[in-house]
Amino acid sequence: MKGIITVLGKDKVGIIAGVCTYLAGQNVNILDISQTIVQDYFNMMMIVDASNAGKAFEGLVEDLQQLGTEIGVEIKLQHEDIFSTMHRI
Amino acid sequence: MISIVEAQETNKMIREMNLDVRTITMGISLLDCAHSNIDTFNRNMYDKITRLAENLVKTGEDLERQFGIPIINKRISVTPIAIAAGGVNSESYVSIAETLDRAAREVGVNFIGGFSALVHKGFTTSDRRLIASIPEALATTERVCSSVNIGSSRSGINMDAVKWMGSIINQTAELTADRDSAGCSKLVVFCNSVEDNPFMAGAFHGVGEAECVINVGVSGPGVVKRALEEAKDSDFETLCETIKRTAFKVTRVGQLVAQETSKRLGIPFGIVDLSLAPTPEIGDSIAEIFQVMGLEEAGAPGTTAALAILNDNVKKGGVMASSYVGGLSGAFIPVSEDHGMIEAVQKGALTLEKLEAMTCVCSVGLDMVAIPGDTKESTISGIIADEAAIGMVNNKTTAVRLIPVIGKQVGEIAEFGGLLGYAPVMPVNGFSCQSFIDRGGRIPAPIHSFKN
Repeated sequence: MKGIITVLGKDKVGIIAGVCTYLAGQNVNILDISQTIVQDYFNMMMIVDASNAGKAFEGLVEDLQQLGTEIGVEIKLQHEDIFSTMHRI
Repeated sequence: MISIVEAQETNKMIREMNLDVRTITMGISLLDCAHSNIDTFNRNMYDKITRLAENLVKTGEDLERQFGIPIINKRISVTPIAIAAGGVNSESYVSIAETLDRAAREVGVNFIGGFSALVHKGFTTSDRRLIASIPEALATTERVCSSVNIGSSRSGINMDAVKWMGSIINQTAELTADRDSAGCSKLVVFCNSVEDNPFMAGAFHGVGEAECVINVGVSGPGVVKRALEEAKDSDFETLCETIKRTAFKVTRVGQLVAQETSKRLGIPFGIVDLSLAPTPEIGDSIAEIFQVMGLEEAGAPGTTAALAILNDNVKKGGVMASSYVGGLSGAFIPVSEDHGMIEAVQKGALTLEKLEAMTCVCSVGLDMVAIPGDTKESTISGIIADEAAIGMVNNKTTAVRLIPVIGKQVGEIAEFGGLLGYAPVMPVNGFSCQSFIDRGGRIPAPIHSFKN
Protein backbone atom coordinates (compact mmCIF):
# COMPACT_ATOMS: atom_id res chain seq x y z
CA MET A 1 0.00 0.00 0.00
CA LYS A 2 1.49 3.32 -1.09
CA GLY A 3 1.15 6.36 1.07
CA ILE A 4 2.14 10.00 0.82
CA ILE A 5 3.72 11.79 3.75
CA THR A 6 3.61 15.56 3.80
CA VAL A 7 5.52 17.63 6.32
CA LEU A 8 4.83 21.30 6.82
CA GLY A 9 6.34 23.67 9.36
CA LYS A 10 9.16 25.96 10.41
CA ASP A 11 12.51 24.61 9.19
CA LYS A 12 14.86 23.16 11.82
CA VAL A 13 17.53 20.51 12.25
CA GLY A 14 16.46 16.87 12.19
CA ILE A 15 13.02 16.87 10.56
CA ILE A 16 13.93 14.43 7.78
CA ALA A 17 16.06 12.37 10.16
CA GLY A 18 13.21 12.06 12.62
CA VAL A 19 10.71 10.93 9.99
CA CYS A 20 13.14 8.55 8.28
CA THR A 21 14.23 6.93 11.54
CA TYR A 22 10.62 6.25 12.44
CA LEU A 23 9.85 4.82 8.98
CA ALA A 24 12.90 2.55 9.05
CA GLY A 25 11.81 1.26 12.46
CA GLN A 26 8.40 0.36 11.04
CA ASN A 27 9.85 -1.26 7.90
CA VAL A 28 8.31 1.37 5.61
CA ASN A 29 10.23 1.87 2.36
CA ILE A 30 10.79 5.40 1.02
CA LEU A 31 10.29 5.53 -2.77
CA ASP A 32 10.70 9.25 -3.41
CA ILE A 33 11.42 12.45 -1.52
CA SER A 34 11.00 16.04 -2.64
CA GLN A 35 11.22 19.17 -0.57
CA THR A 36 11.17 22.93 -0.81
CA ILE A 37 11.86 25.69 1.68
CA VAL A 38 9.92 28.90 1.16
CA GLN A 39 10.59 31.78 3.57
CA ASP A 40 11.90 29.45 6.29
CA TYR A 41 8.92 27.15 5.86
CA PHE A 42 9.80 23.55 5.35
CA ASN A 43 7.68 21.62 2.87
CA MET A 44 8.39 17.97 2.22
CA MET A 45 6.63 15.16 0.43
CA MET A 46 7.60 11.50 0.59
CA ILE A 47 6.10 8.64 -1.35
CA VAL A 48 6.36 5.50 0.76
CA ASP A 49 5.48 1.84 0.46
CA ALA A 50 3.82 0.60 3.64
CA SER A 51 2.95 -2.89 2.36
CA ASN A 52 5.32 -4.60 4.79
CA ALA A 53 4.92 -2.15 7.64
CA GLY A 54 5.09 -3.28 11.24
CA LYS A 55 1.60 -1.96 11.99
CA ALA A 56 -1.69 -1.05 10.29
CA PHE A 57 -1.83 2.07 8.10
CA GLU A 58 -4.07 3.91 10.58
CA GLY A 59 -1.50 3.23 13.32
CA LEU A 60 1.29 4.76 11.22
CA VAL A 61 -0.92 7.81 10.61
CA GLU A 62 -1.35 8.35 14.34
CA ASP A 63 2.33 7.76 15.18
CA LEU A 64 3.49 10.26 12.54
CA GLN A 65 1.01 12.83 13.74
CA GLN A 66 2.36 12.36 17.24
CA LEU A 67 5.96 12.62 16.00
CA GLY A 68 5.02 15.90 14.26
CA THR A 69 3.70 17.32 17.51
CA GLU A 70 6.99 16.38 19.23
CA ILE A 71 9.17 17.99 16.53
CA GLY A 72 6.84 20.98 16.15
CA VAL A 73 5.77 20.46 12.51
CA GLU A 74 2.64 19.01 10.89
CA ILE A 75 3.14 15.47 9.56
CA LYS A 76 0.41 13.76 7.60
CA LEU A 77 0.38 10.29 6.10
CA GLN A 78 -2.41 9.67 3.62
CA HIS A 79 -3.24 6.86 1.25
CA GLU A 80 -1.96 7.70 -2.24
CA ASP A 81 -5.45 7.28 -3.76
CA ILE A 82 -6.78 10.57 -2.39
CA PHE A 83 -4.19 12.44 -4.46
CA SER A 84 -4.30 10.28 -7.57
CA THR A 85 -8.11 10.32 -7.82
CA MET A 86 -8.18 14.09 -7.42
CA HIS A 87 -5.36 14.97 -9.81
CA ARG A 88 -5.34 12.15 -12.40
CA ILE A 89 -8.12 11.14 -14.77
CA MET B 1 3.76 10.25 -9.85
CA ILE B 2 2.03 12.83 -7.66
CA SER B 3 3.95 16.10 -7.36
CA ILE B 4 4.57 18.07 -4.20
CA VAL B 5 2.42 20.90 -5.61
CA GLU B 6 -0.55 18.56 -6.09
CA ALA B 7 -0.17 17.06 -2.63
CA GLN B 8 -0.06 20.54 -1.14
CA GLU B 9 -3.13 21.63 -3.10
CA THR B 10 -5.21 18.73 -1.78
CA ASN B 11 -4.12 19.28 1.80
CA LYS B 12 -4.66 23.02 1.58
CA MET B 13 -8.24 22.34 0.47
CA ILE B 14 -8.74 20.15 3.53
CA ARG B 15 -6.90 22.37 6.01
CA GLU B 16 -7.93 25.85 4.93
CA MET B 17 -11.03 25.52 2.76
CA ASN B 18 -13.19 23.08 4.70
CA LEU B 19 -13.02 20.34 2.06
CA ASP B 20 -14.79 17.33 3.48
CA VAL B 21 -17.14 14.53 2.63
CA ARG B 22 -20.43 15.70 4.08
CA THR B 23 -22.13 12.38 4.57
CA ILE B 24 -21.95 8.66 4.01
CA THR B 25 -25.54 7.50 4.08
CA MET B 26 -26.46 3.83 4.19
CA GLY B 27 -29.83 3.13 2.59
CA ILE B 28 -31.62 0.12 4.09
CA SER B 29 -34.79 -1.53 2.80
CA LEU B 30 -37.27 -2.38 5.55
CA LEU B 31 -39.76 -4.13 3.26
CA ASP B 32 -38.92 -7.57 4.69
CA CYS B 33 -39.57 -6.35 8.25
CA ALA B 34 -43.34 -6.25 7.61
CA HIS B 35 -45.59 -7.66 10.34
CA SER B 36 -49.09 -6.92 11.55
CA ASN B 37 -47.95 -6.69 15.18
CA ILE B 38 -46.21 -3.36 15.78
CA ASP B 39 -43.86 -4.74 18.43
CA THR B 40 -42.67 -7.49 16.10
CA PHE B 41 -42.31 -4.98 13.27
CA ASN B 42 -40.26 -2.71 15.53
CA ARG B 43 -38.05 -5.60 16.61
CA ASN B 44 -37.48 -6.73 13.01
CA MET B 45 -36.60 -3.19 12.01
CA TYR B 46 -34.24 -2.60 14.94
CA ASP B 47 -32.44 -5.90 14.36
CA LYS B 48 -31.98 -5.28 10.63
CA ILE B 49 -30.73 -1.71 10.98
CA THR B 50 -28.31 -2.47 13.80
CA ARG B 51 -26.98 -5.54 11.96
CA LEU B 52 -26.37 -3.85 8.60
CA ALA B 53 -25.08 -0.55 10.00
CA GLU B 54 -23.02 -2.05 12.81
CA ASN B 55 -19.70 -1.07 11.19
CA LEU B 56 -20.81 2.03 9.29
CA VAL B 57 -19.42 4.62 11.71
CA LYS B 58 -16.17 2.73 12.32
CA THR B 59 -15.56 2.30 8.59
CA GLY B 60 -16.16 6.01 8.06
CA GLU B 61 -13.67 6.85 10.80
CA ASP B 62 -11.06 4.42 9.39
CA LEU B 63 -11.36 6.07 5.98
CA GLU B 64 -11.01 9.51 7.54
CA ARG B 65 -7.68 8.44 8.99
CA GLN B 66 -6.49 6.60 5.90
CA PHE B 67 -7.19 9.44 3.46
CA GLY B 68 -6.74 12.29 5.92
CA ILE B 69 -10.08 13.86 4.97
CA PRO B 70 -12.92 14.61 7.39
CA ILE B 71 -16.13 12.65 6.84
CA ILE B 72 -18.57 14.75 8.81
CA ASN B 73 -21.70 12.62 9.04
CA LYS B 74 -22.56 8.95 8.94
CA ARG B 75 -26.27 8.43 8.47
CA ILE B 76 -28.98 5.95 7.60
CA SER B 77 -32.00 6.19 5.34
CA VAL B 78 -34.78 3.60 5.35
CA THR B 79 -37.80 2.64 3.27
CA PRO B 80 -40.59 5.21 3.77
CA ILE B 81 -42.23 3.98 6.96
CA ALA B 82 -45.75 4.52 5.55
CA ILE B 83 -44.89 1.75 3.05
CA ALA B 84 -42.82 -0.52 5.30
CA ALA B 85 -45.43 -0.34 8.08
CA GLY B 86 -48.39 -0.68 5.68
CA GLY B 87 -49.46 -3.98 7.26
CA VAL B 88 -49.04 -2.88 10.87
CA ASN B 89 -52.23 -3.00 12.88
CA SER B 90 -51.86 0.18 14.91
CA GLU B 91 -53.29 3.70 14.80
CA SER B 92 -50.10 5.46 15.91
CA TYR B 93 -46.61 5.11 14.42
CA VAL B 94 -44.83 7.00 17.21
CA SER B 95 -43.27 3.82 18.62
CA ILE B 96 -41.80 3.14 15.16
CA ALA B 97 -40.05 6.52 15.26
CA GLU B 98 -38.80 5.77 18.77
CA THR B 99 -37.41 2.44 17.56
CA LEU B 100 -35.61 4.14 14.66
CA ASP B 101 -34.18 6.62 17.16
CA ARG B 102 -32.88 3.81 19.37
CA ALA B 103 -31.35 1.99 16.39
CA ALA B 104 -29.62 5.21 15.28
CA ARG B 105 -28.20 5.75 18.74
CA GLU B 106 -27.04 2.13 18.99
CA VAL B 107 -24.97 2.32 15.76
CA GLY B 108 -23.82 5.90 16.43
CA VAL B 109 -25.32 7.75 13.44
CA ASN B 110 -26.53 11.31 14.04
CA PHE B 111 -29.62 11.12 11.83
CA ILE B 112 -31.89 8.44 10.42
CA GLY B 113 -34.26 9.45 7.60
CA GLY B 114 -37.36 7.77 6.28
CA PHE B 115 -40.21 8.50 8.67
CA SER B 116 -41.87 9.37 5.41
CA ALA B 117 -44.95 9.11 3.24
CA LEU B 118 -45.39 9.53 -0.53
CA VAL B 119 -48.82 11.04 -1.04
CA HIS B 120 -48.44 13.01 -4.28
CA LYS B 121 -51.61 11.48 -5.69
CA GLY B 122 -53.50 10.31 -2.62
CA PHE B 123 -53.34 8.82 0.88
CA THR B 124 -53.33 5.20 1.92
CA THR B 125 -54.53 4.37 5.43
CA SER B 126 -50.91 3.94 6.43
CA ASP B 127 -49.96 7.34 4.96
CA ARG B 128 -52.63 9.00 7.10
CA ARG B 129 -51.41 7.23 10.24
CA LEU B 130 -47.83 8.23 9.57
CA ILE B 131 -48.57 11.90 8.88
CA ALA B 132 -50.79 12.13 11.96
CA SER B 133 -47.90 10.70 14.03
CA ILE B 134 -45.27 13.18 12.77
CA PRO B 135 -45.60 15.95 15.42
CA GLU B 136 -45.34 13.59 18.39
CA ALA B 137 -42.68 11.44 16.67
CA LEU B 138 -40.43 14.46 16.06
CA ALA B 139 -41.02 15.84 19.54
CA THR B 140 -40.12 12.59 21.32
CA THR B 141 -37.13 11.54 19.20
CA GLU B 142 -33.76 13.15 18.66
CA ARG B 143 -32.34 11.65 15.45
CA VAL B 144 -35.37 10.74 13.34
CA CYS B 145 -36.04 12.78 10.19
CA SER B 146 -39.36 12.91 8.42
CA SER B 147 -40.47 13.86 4.92
CA VAL B 148 -43.71 13.90 2.97
CA ASN B 149 -43.91 14.06 -0.83
CA ILE B 150 -47.04 16.00 -1.76
CA GLY B 151 -46.59 16.51 -5.49
CA SER B 152 -44.84 15.39 -8.65
CA SER B 153 -44.45 16.49 -12.27
CA ARG B 154 -46.04 13.21 -13.29
CA SER B 155 -49.18 13.39 -11.18
CA GLY B 156 -49.76 16.96 -9.99
CA ILE B 157 -50.13 18.23 -6.43
CA ASN B 158 -52.21 16.69 -3.65
CA MET B 159 -53.71 19.88 -2.18
CA ASP B 160 -55.38 17.99 0.67
CA ALA B 161 -51.90 16.95 1.75
CA VAL B 162 -50.61 20.52 1.29
CA LYS B 163 -53.36 21.79 3.57
CA TRP B 164 -52.75 19.09 6.16
CA MET B 165 -48.97 19.67 6.20
CA GLY B 166 -49.56 23.33 7.15
CA SER B 167 -51.25 22.03 10.27
CA ILE B 168 -48.68 19.26 10.90
CA ILE B 169 -45.80 21.77 10.73
CA ASN B 170 -47.61 24.01 13.17
CA GLN B 171 -48.32 21.15 15.62
CA THR B 172 -44.67 20.04 15.42
CA ALA B 173 -43.61 23.61 16.21
CA GLU B 174 -45.97 23.73 19.20
CA LEU B 175 -44.75 20.42 20.62
CA THR B 176 -41.11 21.54 20.41
CA ALA B 177 -41.76 25.16 21.42
CA ASP B 178 -39.26 24.84 24.30
CA ARG B 179 -36.47 24.20 21.72
CA ASP B 180 -37.32 27.08 19.35
CA SER B 181 -39.62 24.68 17.48
CA ALA B 182 -36.59 22.64 16.36
CA GLY B 183 -38.82 19.63 15.60
CA CYS B 184 -39.65 21.35 12.30
CA SER B 185 -35.95 21.31 11.32
CA LYS B 186 -36.35 17.53 10.90
CA LEU B 187 -39.42 17.73 8.64
CA VAL B 188 -39.34 18.33 4.87
CA VAL B 189 -42.29 18.67 2.48
CA PHE B 190 -41.27 17.67 -1.06
CA CYS B 191 -42.42 17.88 -4.62
CA ASN B 192 -40.59 15.34 -6.83
CA SER B 193 -38.66 13.79 -3.95
CA VAL B 194 -35.80 11.48 -4.96
CA GLU B 195 -35.24 7.90 -3.82
CA ASP B 196 -31.46 8.03 -3.29
CA ASN B 197 -30.89 11.35 -1.52
CA PRO B 198 -28.13 11.01 1.12
CA PHE B 199 -28.81 14.43 2.71
CA MET B 200 -31.05 15.02 5.70
CA ALA B 201 -33.71 15.77 6.63
CA GLY B 202 -35.21 14.53 3.34
CA ALA B 203 -33.40 11.20 2.92
CA PHE B 204 -35.31 7.96 2.48
CA HIS B 205 -34.53 4.66 0.77
CA GLY B 206 -36.89 4.38 -2.19
CA VAL B 207 -38.74 1.21 -3.13
CA GLY B 208 -36.85 1.02 -6.44
CA GLU B 209 -33.56 0.75 -4.54
CA ALA B 210 -31.55 -2.36 -3.68
CA GLU B 211 -31.62 -4.13 -0.30
CA CYS B 212 -28.83 -1.98 1.08
CA VAL B 213 -26.74 0.69 -0.61
CA ILE B 214 -24.08 3.32 0.12
CA ASN B 215 -24.72 6.90 -1.05
CA VAL B 216 -22.29 9.76 -0.49
CA GLY B 217 -22.87 13.50 -0.35
CA VAL B 218 -19.91 15.77 -1.08
CA SER B 219 -19.39 19.32 0.08
CA GLY B 220 -17.07 22.13 -0.79
CA PRO B 221 -18.48 25.69 -0.85
CA GLY B 222 -15.21 26.81 0.76
CA VAL B 223 -13.09 25.27 -2.01
CA VAL B 224 -15.21 26.83 -4.76
CA LYS B 225 -15.07 30.21 -3.05
CA ARG B 226 -11.26 30.14 -2.78
CA ALA B 227 -10.87 29.06 -6.40
CA LEU B 228 -13.12 31.92 -7.52
CA GLU B 229 -11.13 34.40 -5.44
CA GLU B 230 -8.13 33.46 -7.55
CA ALA B 231 -10.19 34.06 -10.70
CA LYS B 232 -11.40 37.45 -9.52
CA ASP B 233 -12.28 40.01 -12.22
CA SER B 234 -12.29 37.33 -14.93
CA ASP B 235 -15.13 36.97 -17.45
CA PHE B 236 -17.96 34.42 -17.21
CA GLU B 237 -16.15 31.82 -19.29
CA THR B 238 -13.24 31.70 -16.83
CA LEU B 239 -15.66 31.85 -13.89
CA CYS B 240 -17.55 28.79 -15.15
CA GLU B 241 -14.39 26.86 -16.01
CA THR B 242 -13.02 27.50 -12.51
CA ILE B 243 -16.18 26.17 -10.84
CA LYS B 244 -16.16 23.10 -13.10
CA ARG B 245 -12.54 22.24 -12.39
CA THR B 246 -13.04 22.64 -8.65
CA ALA B 247 -16.26 20.61 -8.62
CA PHE B 248 -14.46 17.83 -10.46
CA LYS B 249 -11.78 17.58 -7.77
CA VAL B 250 -14.25 17.75 -4.90
CA THR B 251 -16.44 15.07 -6.44
CA ARG B 252 -13.51 12.74 -7.07
CA VAL B 253 -12.92 12.64 -3.33
CA GLY B 254 -16.58 11.72 -2.77
CA GLN B 255 -16.36 8.99 -5.39
CA LEU B 256 -13.23 7.55 -3.76
CA VAL B 257 -14.80 7.51 -0.31
CA ALA B 258 -18.02 5.99 -1.67
CA GLN B 259 -16.16 3.19 -3.45
CA GLU B 260 -13.93 2.40 -0.47
CA THR B 261 -16.86 2.38 1.97
CA SER B 262 -18.77 0.10 -0.36
CA LYS B 263 -15.80 -2.26 -0.71
CA ARG B 264 -15.09 -2.46 3.01
CA LEU B 265 -18.70 -3.02 4.04
CA GLY B 266 -19.50 -5.32 1.13
CA ILE B 267 -22.51 -3.17 0.24
CA PRO B 268 -23.10 -1.81 -3.29
CA PHE B 269 -22.24 1.80 -4.10
CA GLY B 270 -25.33 3.76 -5.11
CA ILE B 271 -24.63 7.35 -6.06
CA VAL B 272 -22.59 10.44 -5.30
CA ASP B 273 -24.76 13.49 -4.68
CA LEU B 274 -23.15 16.59 -6.19
CA SER B 275 -24.52 19.15 -3.79
CA LEU B 276 -22.64 22.13 -2.43
CA ALA B 277 -23.74 21.89 1.18
CA PRO B 278 -22.79 24.84 3.37
CA THR B 279 -22.18 24.75 7.12
CA PRO B 280 -22.35 27.53 9.71
CA GLU B 281 -18.50 27.70 9.55
CA ILE B 282 -16.97 30.91 8.23
CA GLY B 283 -15.64 30.21 4.73
CA ASP B 284 -18.07 27.37 4.03
CA SER B 285 -20.94 29.44 2.73
CA ILE B 286 -22.87 29.72 -0.53
CA ALA B 287 -23.59 33.38 0.22
CA GLU B 288 -19.84 34.08 0.34
CA ILE B 289 -19.52 32.57 -3.16
CA PHE B 290 -22.09 35.09 -4.42
CA GLN B 291 -20.01 37.87 -2.89
CA VAL B 292 -16.86 36.66 -4.62
CA MET B 293 -18.85 36.48 -7.86
CA GLY B 294 -19.53 40.20 -7.48
CA LEU B 295 -22.73 40.64 -5.47
CA GLU B 296 -22.72 42.87 -2.42
CA GLU B 297 -24.97 40.44 -0.51
CA ALA B 298 -26.92 37.28 -1.25
CA GLY B 299 -30.33 38.46 -2.41
CA ALA B 300 -29.07 41.43 -4.46
CA PRO B 301 -30.29 41.60 -8.08
CA GLY B 302 -28.23 39.03 -9.98
CA THR B 303 -28.40 36.42 -7.22
CA THR B 304 -30.63 34.04 -9.17
CA ALA B 305 -28.33 34.22 -12.19
CA ALA B 306 -25.26 33.68 -10.00
CA LEU B 307 -26.88 30.65 -8.41
CA ALA B 308 -27.85 29.24 -11.81
CA ILE B 309 -24.22 29.52 -12.96
CA LEU B 310 -22.94 27.93 -9.78
CA ASN B 311 -25.41 25.05 -9.85
CA ASP B 312 -24.95 24.24 -13.52
CA ASN B 313 -21.18 24.23 -13.41
CA VAL B 314 -20.98 22.16 -10.24
CA LYS B 315 -22.95 19.51 -12.14
CA LYS B 316 -20.88 19.83 -15.32
CA GLY B 317 -17.66 19.38 -13.37
CA GLY B 318 -19.00 16.71 -11.06
CA VAL B 319 -20.69 14.42 -13.54
CA MET B 320 -17.43 13.30 -15.11
CA ALA B 321 -15.84 12.70 -11.72
CA SER B 322 -18.28 10.02 -10.60
CA SER B 323 -19.57 6.87 -12.23
CA TYR B 324 -23.05 7.31 -10.73
CA VAL B 325 -24.45 10.72 -9.92
CA GLY B 326 -27.82 11.03 -8.22
CA GLY B 327 -29.67 12.30 -5.19
CA LEU B 328 -30.53 15.97 -5.22
CA SER B 329 -27.33 17.21 -6.88
CA GLY B 330 -27.49 20.98 -6.71
CA ALA B 331 -26.43 23.82 -4.45
CA PHE B 332 -28.26 23.97 -1.14
CA ILE B 333 -29.35 27.36 0.12
CA PRO B 334 -30.43 26.72 3.70
CA VAL B 335 -30.67 29.94 5.64
CA SER B 336 -29.81 28.72 9.13
CA GLU B 337 -26.86 26.55 8.06
CA ASP B 338 -25.06 29.35 6.17
CA HIS B 339 -23.76 32.36 8.09
CA GLY B 340 -23.61 34.48 4.92
CA MET B 341 -27.29 33.85 4.27
CA ILE B 342 -28.12 34.75 7.87
CA GLU B 343 -26.25 38.05 7.51
CA ALA B 344 -28.03 38.80 4.24
CA VAL B 345 -31.40 38.27 5.94
CA GLN B 346 -30.39 40.46 8.88
CA LYS B 347 -29.31 43.28 6.56
CA GLY B 348 -32.61 43.07 4.67
CA ALA B 349 -30.91 41.94 1.44
CA LEU B 350 -32.56 38.52 1.29
CA THR B 351 -36.30 37.97 1.50
CA LEU B 352 -38.53 34.90 1.39
CA GLU B 353 -39.71 35.90 -2.09
CA LYS B 354 -36.14 36.12 -3.40
CA LEU B 355 -35.34 32.74 -1.87
CA GLU B 356 -38.37 31.35 -3.68
CA ALA B 357 -37.08 32.71 -6.99
CA MET B 358 -33.66 31.17 -6.29
CA THR B 359 -35.23 27.74 -5.80
CA CYS B 360 -36.23 27.78 -9.50
CA VAL B 361 -32.59 27.28 -10.47
CA CYS B 362 -31.14 25.09 -7.75
CA SER B 363 -31.99 22.39 -5.33
CA VAL B 364 -33.76 22.31 -3.12
CA GLY B 365 -36.20 24.84 -1.82
CA LEU B 366 -37.06 27.03 1.15
CA ASP B 367 -34.68 25.28 3.48
CA MET B 368 -34.35 25.97 7.21
CA VAL B 369 -36.27 29.22 7.07
CA ALA B 370 -37.54 30.51 10.40
CA ILE B 371 -40.87 32.36 10.28
CA PRO B 372 -43.00 33.95 13.04
CA GLY B 373 -44.67 31.40 15.32
CA ASP B 374 -48.07 32.99 14.80
CA THR B 375 -48.04 32.44 11.02
CA LYS B 376 -51.40 31.00 9.93
CA GLU B 377 -51.51 27.33 8.94
CA SER B 378 -53.09 28.23 5.60
CA THR B 379 -50.19 30.61 4.89
CA ILE B 380 -47.69 27.81 5.51
CA SER B 381 -49.75 25.65 3.13
CA GLY B 382 -49.74 28.45 0.55
CA ILE B 383 -45.94 28.66 0.71
CA ILE B 384 -45.74 24.86 0.28
CA ALA B 385 -48.11 25.04 -2.72
CA ASP B 386 -45.97 27.72 -4.39
CA GLU B 387 -42.78 25.71 -3.99
CA ALA B 388 -44.49 22.52 -5.16
CA ALA B 389 -45.79 24.33 -8.26
CA ILE B 390 -42.22 25.42 -9.12
CA GLY B 391 -41.06 21.81 -8.80
CA MET B 392 -44.00 20.35 -10.68
CA VAL B 393 -43.79 22.68 -13.67
CA ASN B 394 -40.00 22.67 -13.94
CA ASN B 395 -39.50 18.92 -13.46
CA LYS B 396 -37.23 19.40 -10.47
CA THR B 397 -37.19 18.63 -6.79
CA THR B 398 -38.39 21.40 -4.54
CA ALA B 399 -38.86 21.28 -0.81
CA VAL B 400 -40.05 23.31 2.12
CA ARG B 401 -38.48 23.13 5.57
CA LEU B 402 -40.08 26.00 7.43
CA ILE B 403 -39.79 26.56 11.16
CA PRO B 404 -42.61 28.63 12.66
CA VAL B 405 -40.79 29.59 15.85
CA ILE B 406 -43.41 29.65 18.60
CA GLY B 407 -43.22 32.83 20.69
CA LYS B 408 -40.78 34.62 18.37
CA GLN B 409 -41.32 37.51 16.01
CA VAL B 410 -39.57 38.91 12.94
CA GLY B 411 -35.93 39.80 13.66
CA GLU B 412 -35.54 37.54 16.69
CA ILE B 413 -33.09 34.63 16.49
CA ALA B 414 -34.03 30.96 16.70
CA GLU B 415 -31.27 28.60 17.90
CA PHE B 416 -31.35 25.01 16.66
CA GLY B 417 -27.86 23.97 17.72
CA GLY B 418 -25.02 22.06 16.03
CA LEU B 419 -25.03 21.63 12.27
CA LEU B 420 -28.56 23.06 12.07
CA GLY B 421 -27.25 26.45 13.21
CA TYR B 422 -29.39 29.47 14.02
CA ALA B 423 -31.72 31.64 11.96
CA PRO B 424 -33.31 35.06 12.13
CA VAL B 425 -37.11 34.95 11.95
CA MET B 426 -38.10 36.21 8.47
CA PRO B 427 -41.23 38.19 7.61
CA VAL B 428 -44.01 36.41 5.72
CA ASN B 429 -46.52 38.03 3.36
CA GLY B 430 -49.56 38.54 5.58
CA PHE B 431 -52.31 38.51 2.93
CA SER B 432 -54.59 35.50 3.23
CA CYS B 433 -54.76 32.43 0.97
CA GLN B 434 -57.25 30.64 3.22
CA SER B 435 -60.06 30.25 0.63
CA PHE B 436 -57.61 28.95 -1.96
CA ILE B 437 -56.19 26.32 0.40
CA ASP B 438 -59.68 25.34 1.67
CA ARG B 439 -60.79 24.21 -1.80
CA GLY B 440 -59.38 20.69 -1.29
CA GLY B 441 -58.71 18.02 -3.90
CA ARG B 442 -55.70 17.91 -6.16
CA ILE B 443 -54.08 19.94 -8.89
CA PRO B 444 -54.04 17.88 -12.11
CA ALA B 445 -50.77 16.81 -13.72
CA PRO B 446 -49.20 19.51 -15.89
CA ILE B 447 -49.46 19.19 -19.68
CA HIS B 448 -45.78 18.39 -20.18
CA SER B 449 -46.08 15.26 -18.03
CA PHE B 450 -47.80 13.51 -20.93
CA LYS B 451 -44.73 12.28 -22.74
CA ASN B 452 -45.83 8.81 -23.79
